[in-house]
Amino acid sequence: MNLAAWQRIRFIAYKEMLHIVRDPQTLFFTLFIPIVEMFLLGFAINTNVRDVSTVVVDFCNTQESRRLIEQFENSGDFEVLKYCDSEREAQAYIVAGNAQVGIIIPEDFSRKIEAGQTSPFAVLVDGTVSSIAAESLNVGNAIALRASLGQVLKGKELPIEARPSVMFNPDTRSAWFFLPGLMVVMCQMLATILSANAIVREKESGTLEQFYMTPVRRGEVILGKMIPYVVQTAIEFAIILLVMYTIFQVPIRGHVLLLFALLLPFTLTMLAFGLLISTKADTKDAAGQMAMGTIIPSIFLSGYVFPIDSMPEIFKTISYFIPTTWLIDAARGILLRGTDWTTLWQHTLVLWIMAIVVTTIAALRMRKQV
Amino acid sequence: MVKESSLNTDPDVVIALHDCSIQFGKFRAIDRVSFNVHAGEVFGLLGPNGSGKTTLIRALCGLLNFSEGEASVFGLNVRTQAEKIREQVGYMSQKFSLYGDLTVQENMDFYCGIYGLSRAQAKQRQAELVELTGLAPYRTRSASKLSGGWKQRLAMVCSLMHRPRLVFLDEPTAGVDPVARRELWDLLFRLASEGITLVVTTHYMDEAERCGRVGYLYLSHLLALGTPKDLKHLPTITPVGSKRWEIRGGVSAEVLAKLRSRAGIHEATIFGQAVHALIDDNVSLNDLKAEGLDILAADANLEDVFVTLARQASKENGS
Repeated sequence: MNLAAWQRIRFIAYKEMLHIVRDPQTLFFTLFIPIVEMFLLGFAINTNVRDVSTVVVDFCNTQESRRLIEQFENSGDFEVLKYCDSEREAQAYIVAGNAQVGIIIPEDFSRKIEAGQTSPFAVLVDGTVSSIAAESLNVGNAIALRASLGQVLKGKELPIEARPSVMFNPDTRSAWFFLPGLMVVMCQMLATILSANAIVREKESGTLEQFYMTPVRRGEVILGKMIPYVVQTAIEFAIILLVMYTIFQVPIRGHVLLLFALLLPFTLTMLAFGLLISTKADTKDAAGQMAMGTIIPSIFLSGYVFPIDSMPEIFKTISYFIPTTWLIDAARGILLRGTDWTTLWQHTLVLWIMAIVVTTIAALRMRKQV
Repeated sequence: MVKESSLNTDPDVVIALHDCSIQFGKFRAIDRVSFNVHAGEVFGLLGPNGSGKTTLIRALCGLLNFSEGEASVFGLNVRTQAEKIREQVGYMSQKFSLYGDLTVQENMDFYCGIYGLSRAQAKQRQAELVELTGLAPYRTRSASKLSGGWKQRLAMVCSLMHRPRLVFLDEPTAGVDPVARRELWDLLFRLASEGITLVVTTHYMDEAERCGRVGYLYLSHLLALGTPKDLKHLPTITPVGSKRWEIRGGVSAEVLAKLRSRAGIHEATIFGQAVHALIDDNVSLNDLKAEGLDILAADANLEDVFVTLARQASKENGS
C-alpha cells in the first residue's frame, strides 16, 4: 500500500469518527442499552429454582407428615403458601397458576410407615414451566428417598454420601453465567449494526456514489470505516467488563488482555457481517432487520442462554460455526475459570479464520456491487 | 466512420465514445452511443429521466462497465484505467451528497484528504475555491444547515479540490432557485474559461441553450448531437411541407383546443400568451385569421426539438 492509500484510510477513519461523535444520541444508546440489559439479567433473572409456591393437603396431620412438609420447606426450593382442606382446593390453586406444586399426604401416611409398608404421598407439579417442574420432581424424589433411608437406618449414619463442590461459581449465581455471554452478544449487535449502517447511511444520502467517484479503493473504504468501530466496540466491551467486575462481582481469574486479543477477530468478523448486510440492504430499516436475523440465531445457538451440550447433534454442529459460541466460551473460561493459552489457542485460531473468511467475502461482494 | 477512440491521441479530445453500449441483464441502458467531447467544452447531456444520462456518466468514471464499444477519457481506457481517470475527474451529483453532520470545513478537508492533497496544497486550494464561491462565512456551519444553493456550491468546491480537468455535473441545479442557478452557471463558465471541460446534465431548456454542444439521449439512444442552433435547424424537426407558427391573441386554451381538433396540425402547445404549432402547409388557417388572431412564423426552440425527436423515436420503436 502506498502513502496516498494510507492518507485516504486515515481521512476515512477520521470522518467516520466525526460521525460517531456528532450523533451523541446513538452513542448514548449503544453504551446505555447494554448497561440496562446487564442490570436486568444480573438482578432480575434467576434461572435457579427457589421458593416455588406450594400448597399442601395434609389428611394425616401427624408428626411424620409434618416433618415431611418441613423437609420440603427446608430444601429452600419450596415455599408453602397454604394448607388446603381438600385435593380439589389444591388443584384449583394450581390451575389458577397461584401455586406450582401441590403436596398431598393421605390419611394413612403414618400408619403405613409404622406398619412397614410403602407409604405413598402425592406431589402434583405444574409442568408448564419445564425447569420448575423438573427441579420439583428431583427434589421431591430426593426428599422421599432421604426420608425412606432415615426410616430404614433408624438413626444410623448414611453409608454413602456425595459431597458435591461447585467450582468457580460456588453460589451457582445465574449472573455469572449470563453476563459474560451478554457482553459478547452486545458487542456482536453493536459491531454488526454499526458497520451495516456506516455504508447504508451513505447509500441513502448518496454520499457513497460521490465517494466512489474519487480514486478511493474499496479496500480502503472498508479499512477506514472498520477502524473507528473496532475501537468503539472495544470501549463498549471494556465498560461492560468493568460494570460486571465492580457491580456484579464477576471474577476475572484469567488474563484480560487475552480476552481483548480474542475480541479483535470476533469484532472484525461482525463488522464484516455488517458490511455484507450493507451490500444487500438499501435502507437502515432493512439493514437493522437483517442484522437481527443474524443475531438471533447466535443468541439461541451460541450457548449464551441454552447450554450447547443439551442441544440435538445437528444444532451442536451448527453452533461451532457461530463465532459467538467461541468467544462466549472463551470469555466464561477466562473470567470464571482462569483458562489460559493452552486451551484458548483453538478459539483464537477459529476466530481469526472466521474473520478472514467473512472479511474476504464482504470485500469481494462490495467490489462486485458498485 | 473513423474509429476515433481507438486512435484518440488528440489531446484536444477529452472524452471519446465509440459505439458504446451498457447492458443490465435484458435491459440496454445505453445503446450504441458515439460522441466526442473536446477540451474546454461545455457539453450538455439531455434526455428524460431514465434515458441513461447518469448511467453514462457512471460508466465514464469506471463505476460501470461498457458491455460493448470503445471508451476513453483523456486517452485512458475507461475499462482498465478507471482509477487514473478518477484522479483527474470531478463529479457533482444531482442530489446533495456531502456529509450533513460535518461542517463545511470538514467536508472540504475530507475531500482534500481523499484526493491526496498535502496539508499546504489543501489550504491553498481551499482558499482559492472559497474565494471563488463566497463560502467563507459558512466554514464552521454544518453542511446540512446550508440552503440549497450553498449546498450545491459546497458540493462543487469539493469536486474541484484536486483541480480536475474534466467535471461531470449531474443535474447540478435541480431544486435550486433561479438566482442561485444563474450564479452557479456563472461559476461554470469561469471554470470553462480556465480550460476545464464540463459535462452537464439538465432538464432546464435555458441551461441547455447555454451549452456549447448538446447531446439528446432518449430510450438509451443518442438521438441528436450538435450546437443548440444546429439542432433547431435539423430537417427532421420541421419537415418539408410544414412550418412552425406562433398564434397570438385570443384565449390560448381555446385556440389550442381548436387546433388540436384538426388534421395536419402537430405538436400544438401553449407558450404563455401564444400557441406554438407545427402545421402542414396545406392546412388553411384563414378562419383563425378571420377571428383576429395573429399568426407569425416561428423557429423551433430546443424543447420543440426534443419533443419532436422523442415522438419520432417512440413511433419508430412502436412500429
